[in-house]
Amino acid sequence: MSAIETFLQGTVRTATPLAFAALGETVVERSGVINIGLEGAIIAGAFGGFAAAGYGSTWIGFVGAMLAGVAIAAVFAFFAVHVRADQIITGTAISLLGLGATATLYRQLYGATGAGLSIPTMGVTRVPLLSSIPLIGSPLFAQPAITYLLYLIIPAVWWWMYHTHAGLGLRATGEDPRAVVVAGIPAKKIQLLSVLFGGALGGIAGGVLVIAQAGSFAEGMSAGRGFIAIAIVVLGRWHPLGVAAAALIFGAASALQYFFQAMGWTLPYQAFLVLPYVLTLLGLAGIAGKATPPAGLGKWQDQR
Amino acid sequence: MNAELALAGDALVRATPLIIAGLAVAFAFRGGVFNIGAEGQLLVGAIAATAVTLSSGEMLGRLAVVLAIIAGAIAGAAWAWIAAELKRRFHVLEIISTIMLNFIAIHLVSFLVRGPLQEPTRIYPQTETFIRSARLPVLVPGTRLHMGFALAIVLAIGLAWAFKRTAFGFRVRATGASPSAAKVAGLIDTEKTSLIVFLVSGALAGIAGSVEVSGVTFALYENLSPGYGYTAIAVALIAGLNPVGIIASGIFFGILETGASALQREFAIPSSLASVVEATLIIAALTIAAVRGRHTLIQPVKS
Repeated sequence: MSAIETFLQGTVRTATPLAFAALGETVVERSGVINIGLEGAIIAGAFGGFAAAGYGSTWIGFVGAMLAGVAIAAVFAFFAVHVRADQIITGTAISLLGLGATATLYRQLYGATGAGLSIPTMGVTRVPLLSSIPLIGSPLFAQPAITYLLYLIIPAVWWWMYHTHAGLGLRATGEDPRAVVVAGIPAKKIQLLSVLFGGALGGIAGGVLVIAQAGSFAEGMSAGRGFIAIAIVVLGRWHPLGVAAAALIFGAASALQYFFQAMGWTLPYQAFLVLPYVLTLLGLAGIAGKATPPAGLGKWQDQR
Repeated sequence: MNAELALAGDALVRATPLIIAGLAVAFAFRGGVFNIGAEGQLLVGAIAATAVTLSSGEMLGRLAVVLAIIAGAIAGAAWAWIAAELKRRFHVLEIISTIMLNFIAIHLVSFLVRGPLQEPTRIYPQTETFIRSARLPVLVPGTRLHMGFALAIVLAIGLAWAFKRTAFGFRVRATGASPSAAKVAGLIDTEKTSLIVFLVSGALAGIAGSVEVSGVTFALYENLSPGYGYTAIAVALIAGLNPVGIIASGIFFGILETGASALQREFAIPSSLASVVEATLIIAALTIAAVRGRHTLIQPVKS
């Protein structure tokens, strides 16, 4: 495989968990809720995926990852949507909870060291014909099967959001939840379900890290991807297709190191590690004034 | 007896950065700035303090400690200024930017202790150890408790006084409570106040970092902070953002975390359980606030 193909493949691989998480958060934010606890859902998913995949199947692993993400999102939903506690601080606490609880469970269940434990990983599935397309075939269609689920889910969410009645209800809720309630739409229910959906996709994102990539769990392995995903939602302007594109840009930045290695260029490895974070800052600064968040984002609790 | 004294000292040593960083968080939140970046500001504070101490420690003797703390404050403020400027010019939410800056600071430490600041033998990923005269003096003999704890108490009381008794404290509180009202009242330049809040908050967190290297670790290395900056958010919120209350909640968390480490040693109970307890406490505090009808602890500054 050529250096450019390796780079593109790395791009898609790194973008996959980010896109899952960001797509879920897009739905959450379009319902008017900002879930800063996404990081917690990702690490919970990573742990849930790790624990469940131990039962022998990568797909069971993904179900476990999804359920773990939903579970922690349910905690957020209860406090931030039902009780209407401050969304931002609840989300921060949920991230802390996810990171702490998974580390605790991991050490308790697998011993303080826990190193060297590994699970069955999801290998690459080549899509016939498509993977033979020159240049982009291999990067896009020689990926773990879970990536193809993402290819289906992105257009599905987009279509649902813009072409169904329920999708309209979601977007209206995000703009003005109180007006929506007056119109007879169950705004709170929409927000609760959106948060759970976001948790499910965040959980799958964590599952991807463990089951399709690392093959093992490590404390704090989500490494800020939840927060990067939130930035990706802004860069993608709260639109599923924009968000997918923004995730790819982030994937490309992270994959640059493979390209540099292939080219024999050297830089301190930390330079590559900080790139996603620096890019997040530059990206958010660059989009200044051009992106409009849902008008009701994070605001309902202020208005009562 | 001495072992118990040492353990009590360790809890207060652990509480020291939590109190100072807790003040940083509380100051920001009271002023309507969502600074989640105490962790990063603490780390760059530690970097600056280390750089100053190692380059001038022998020359300056005792004065080096003071300079190190000032350097830490400046570095922390500078790190927070990046987020302030991103917000002022580009409307970048500080929640996101400060978290990104945390990760950048972590990797910056990693780069420095394996590169320019690495100890001379180039074996260990850490800096040289500070000479004795460049360390913070011990407060209670027989313990590791250092002067940094006293500084934390002074800062807390000073901040409480500033909030209550000074015009500046009033401006910060007014801006935090309702930026639009503060602006309409015409007496307060909310944009300037907001910038100062960022800088002071960052400076406090930077001081926490410099106190940690000058008082406890005596060197810079990776994982210097076990997430002090994040725990500080819990410390500040549990205390209801009250500076004097933060002394108590900081000590409480210091005991909790020192106890958790002891539990892990003695009974193999994972110390990460402490962060689960912290998260639970934050949510409990929020729920109580919400049930009482206060749905936000802070108001974001609208630009």
